[in-house]
Amino acid sequence: MIVLTALSLPFMMKKPIDLPPILSVDLIQITDKTNIPFAAKAAKILEEIKKKEEERVVSEQAPPSKKKKEKPDRIPLPDDLNKEKKKIVKKKQNPEEVKEQVRQASEFEKKELFDPNQIAALIDKSKEDTAETLKKNERLTQNSVKNSFATGLTLSQEDALKAQIFGCWSLPLGLPYQENLLVRIKLKLKPDGNVLRSEILDHARMNQPGQGFYKVLAESALRAIRICQPLRVPPTGYEKWKDLQLNFDANEMLKG
Amino acid sequence: MKKIFFVICCLLLFNSNALAVVEVDITRGSLDPLPIAVSPLHVESNTAEIKKDNQIIENIGEEISKVIEVNFKRSGLFNPLKKESFVQNPEISHVKPRFEDWKLIKAQVLVTGKVNISKDKLRAEFRLWDVVAAKEMVALAFSTTPDNWRRVAHIISDKIYQRLTGEKGYFDTRIIYVSETGEKTQRVKKLAIMDQDGANIKYLTLGNELVLTPRFSPQNQLVTYLSYFRNLPRVYLLDIETGVQEVVGDFPGMTFAPRFSPDGKKIIMSFAKDGNSDIYTMNLDTRVVEKITDHTSIDTSPSYSPDGKRICFNSDRSGLQQIYVMRSDGSNVKRITFGKGLYGTPVWSPRGDLIAFTKVHKGKFYIGVMRPDGSGERLLTENFYQEAPSWSPNGRVLIFYRETKTDSEGKGFSARLWSIDLTGYNERRIDTETDGSDPSWSSLLSK
Repeated sequence: MIVLTALSLPFMMKKPIDLPPILSVDLIQITDKTNIPFAAKAAKILEEIKKKEEERVVSEQAPPSKKKKEKPDRIPLPDDLNKEKKKIVKKKQNPEEVKEQVRQASEFEKKELFDPNQIAALIDKSKEDTAETLKKNERLTQNSVKNSFATGLTLSQEDALKAQIFGCWSLPLGLPYQENLLVRIKLKLKPDGNVLRSEILDHARMNQPGQGFYKVLAESALRAIRICQPLRVPPTGYEKWKDLQLNFDANEMLKG
Repeated sequence: MKKIFFVICCLLLFNSNALAVVEVDITRGSLDPLPIAVSPLHVESNTAEIKKDNQIIENIGEEISKVIEVNFKRSGLFNPLKKESFVQNPEISHVKPRFEDWKLIKAQVLVTGKVNISKDKLRAEFRLWDVVAAKEMVALAFSTTPDNWRRVAHIISDKIYQRLTGEKGYFDTRIIYVSETGEKTQRVKKLAIMDQDGANIKYLTLGNELVLTPRFSPQNQLVTYLSYFRNLPRVYLLDIETGVQEVVGDFPGMTFAPRFSPDGKKIIMSFAKDGNSDIYTMNLDTRVVEKITDHTSIDTSPSYSPDGKRICFNSDRSGLQQIYVMRSDGSNVKRITFGKGLYGTPVWSPRGDLIAFTKVHKGKFYIGVMRPDGSGERLLTENFYQEAPSWSPNGRVLIFYRETKTDSEGKGFSARLWSIDLTGYNERRIDTETDGSDPSWSSLLSK
């Protein structure tokens, strides 16, 4: 008996390890809420993931041991399935809990289920459509919830803005390879992304002897902002991003 | 109590972040040349009287704008837009450009202007506009003789270049070189000078004597060069403005590459004395010759730093030809090249930040640049045979000559002048009537 008990214990212990992580439920929430328009290929991946997740949800809610028995014994009736789904819905009714889970889950789940490069590709492909999508979808993404505490813009919103300005900024190619080729411009924005006021933060440097290149660089940055108007800013949270600082750094580009 | 404290902290954190300025780093941009529209300069009505006599003057506004466009195109920094796409007429645009029309064709900056020619006087004015900001960036006017209209175009190009890049231009300059004709074994070599864009070629010598290594003074329009008179090397001084030429001196044995000091008061060169090549300077006022290096090896191709405190040269004192830097009195000699291959013809940039050189490695010739301490070596161009780089006065472009096994007709060999900028991408041939070698770039004619 002792030997049998001792041998059976490790199997007992292994079972919880096989359990699919609870966090996967939250990923469906993320995909439902995200404001990034997905490319066709990515949509397929998401559908597959959704399917997997739904399966996991089912298996997760039912005790593993019982589920194994259900399959051979009987076909689950629609009522049974409804009951299970209801159980899930009940869990979601507490918004605070869900939010906490969402935050904790996101980073890990993304790493497991998505290739980060794929996400980057999705963002890149959707550069042109992001602004329109943002207007349509006013809900904040999981990322935005996290990042808005730090910057006021989500990573995807920041990427969309960067991508827009990258296309508008013609770097003056004749600049000397100076160490400090950074121009900081502070903007006061209108809610529609147009610039109300712009200010070069190191303005005094423009008139310093031997800093002629800085004036040229600053002018090119201002030109980029004007060409890009209106800037691709989120449709909500105006108070958070109405004061925007753009740091134009030509060092990387010119030093190659 | 702890919970209340925690909530207060959270609220404070939230508030402080909500009020913070959002910062976004822009680290990428377009490296395409800046789209620039050069509107033909409007020719004022009183010019009409002179139009009949001179075909160029009739189209002088358009001709000036073309020269400016070619300068910008060759610089690699600007993209002059096609005139066919211009919406606004030059007669109106020089008064007040309609920026929307220029935005439509994606111009970011616009050049407008007008020309007025009276009997012996040409007056040209131009305005540079920031199309996006809808404001004037610079406006200047120049007066000269009508024949000098190309120089006006170059000066306008320089002013625009300076305003848009922050550094001086190099368009109002000239290039002196050795024009070569005839078979490779019997080359006739003449001294020739032209504008930096290849226009206005003039031959300064008849080709009776062999001429070599002409070099401009960094201060003025004086040229020093080497010529053989009765098989003896002589160093000459030639004033381009006046045409006056004088012999600096006869030097024994092999003499190489005389070059001016930055203040134009000395010539530095190498010549062989008692079978050994060393570097010497000659004071142009006193004609006193001073020995700078004293080594058993072959020291040649000296070039001063722009502050005149240091000299770079090549020497085979380590066994292979390498580049060395020393103080102008010959002390503190340091080898700066340690890469594979041979290094020669070092030339210090007028900006002082780089030394250009020719490198030979595995049968190929490279033109490259490096910092004066030998670090940051960058090879800009590679070919079968090329050498003798010379800097533009702003230290951004190099001119050199390249020999090819065959000419454009597929026979003989050919030597042509080429230029390349520091990016290494903007390589262009400078068209000359004949073959050319040993180019040297002048300083700006208008300072």
